Amino acid sequence: MDLFDILGPIMVGPSSSHTAGAARIGNMARTLLGTTPRRAAIHLHGSFAETGLGHGTDLAIIGGLLGMKPDDLRIPFALEEAEKEGLEYTLDAVDLRDAHPNTALIELWGDGDAHLVVQACSIGGGAIEVHMLDGIEVFFTGDHNTLVIRNQDEFGTLAAVTTILNQLHINVGNMSVHRDRRGGDALMVLETDQHLKPSQVQFLRELPGVISITYFDKEVETYGT
Amino acid sequence: MALDSIREILDEAHASGTSFWEVVLQADMEERQVTREASMAKMLTTWMAMEEAADAYTGTRKSVSGLVGGDGMKMRQYNFRGEALSGGYVSEVIAEALSMAESNACMRRIVACPTAGACGVMPAVMLPLVKNYDIKQRQILEALYVASGVGIVIAKKACIAGASGGCQAEIGTASGMAAAALVKLRGGSDETAAHAVAMALSNLMGLVCDPIAGLVEVPCVKRNVIGAVNAVSAADMAMAGIESFVPVDEVIEAMGEVGRHMPVEYRETALGGLANTPTGRAVKDSMRRL
Repeated sequence: MDLFDILGPIMVGPSSSHTAGAARIGNMARTLLGTTPRRAAIHLHGSFAETGLGHGTDLAIIGGLLGMKPDDLRIPFALEEAEKEGLEYTLDAVDLRDAHPNTALIELWGDGDAHLVVQACSIGGGAIEVHMLDGIEVFFTGDHNTLVIRNQDEFGTLAAVTTILNQLHINVGNMSVHRDRRGGDALMVLETDQHLKPSQVQFLRELPGVISITYFDKEVETYGT
Repeated sequence: MALDSIREILDEAHASGTSFWEVVLQADMEERQVTREASMAKMLTTWMAMEEAADAYTGTRKSVSGLVGGDGMKMRQYNFRGEALSGGYVSEVIAEALSMAESNACMRRIVACPTAGACGVMPAVMLPLVKNYDIKQRQILEALYVASGVGIVIAKKACIAGASGGCQAEIGTASGMAAAALVKLRGGSDETAAHAVAMALSNLMGLVCDPIAGLVEVPCVKRNVIGAVNAVSAADMAMAGIESFVPVDEVIEAMGEVGRHMPVEYRETALGGLANTPTGRAVKDSMRRL
């Protein structure tokens, strides 16, 4: 926690967990999809389902899916914006066992065959945690630059990625690997201290064994600039 | 240095021949690995966001649920008519606290401080003072560093979320931060600011978090008023030379203890207090939900 978690964030109200965090979840889902979302099925769990409409959680998630940051004054008008930008959505309540009370499960379809299922929760103060990606359990927060790499679960891919990051002088702060079964699809989540350039992400994308990569650049503060 | 207690910050300021705000600034530079200029620029951006949020208030908006909106303007008009019992600065503080908290409930842009629900307290005490007195930008920034240093210590030693420690942790913390900022703006010493924090927190200790239907609206908007006015009285007592009998760090720990022992019904669950009145339950039953 730093000073500006106390005096901040600068955000659209009314709730840091139910509004600001919800917008960040939407934004994170959009980034992880890697393209503009065209259709979204949004399922809200627990307190998100109970009090979400009163807190604008629906507006914040849809706003986030449209690329809005938590301080974006268009969030209250997210439904109109969604119509303008051609984002179809459905919204309902879901009961996820053992999930954090402020959890959203979002299924997204984008251009081409882009598709993503993400489960994330808002843990307070605008902070979020991503818990599930395409059925694979993960854990990351978006507080760091985050590379999510889908790869074949085979020898060498992990070493190749870290070797290249090393050569690019990019320090990995946290790393985790996840898979559904041995030899199947696997996920690597790497949180880096430095920002990655689009060309560097593209370079990693072309490595053998890598199926796809999405890169979440740690939120740049846009307000007041 | 880590901002672990008010006493440590005061001691560090004394040892290094600087002051409380400077120690907090240094800690931020160290924590976020930024320059002095970058830290102060971000603080200025934060202040400007508070000012803009205040300017954007129109009094014509209603919250999504329709429970709140327009009271800040009512208070302002009453003040203009010269009828306010409190009058002058304090009546402006009340109007600003209502306005900012309503802006939050109406999905306007605000600065959470320390939380969105308590966002009205700090700007409520600072904006009318800055408007009516000759206060330099530098003084404003110094006051904001003092306040956020206080907030960090409370977050570490106790808690700042209603779900963890009740409203005393949200509005109470905001009130303590605001009291410290006021003492700084009025030229009081760091020790004086520490007494103001202690008295502000002591006087709101035990305040429960009981939002109707779980929304940050009733009683949250009006609770911002007690947080702000309490900060003014605590700052005035401290500036008059009145000291808190219990040292500030002990008060903060006591607040944390009260929060930990607070029944779950009074920690943002909307199961107790005003939320559990017949009126509160009726609102909950009528809410649109998924």
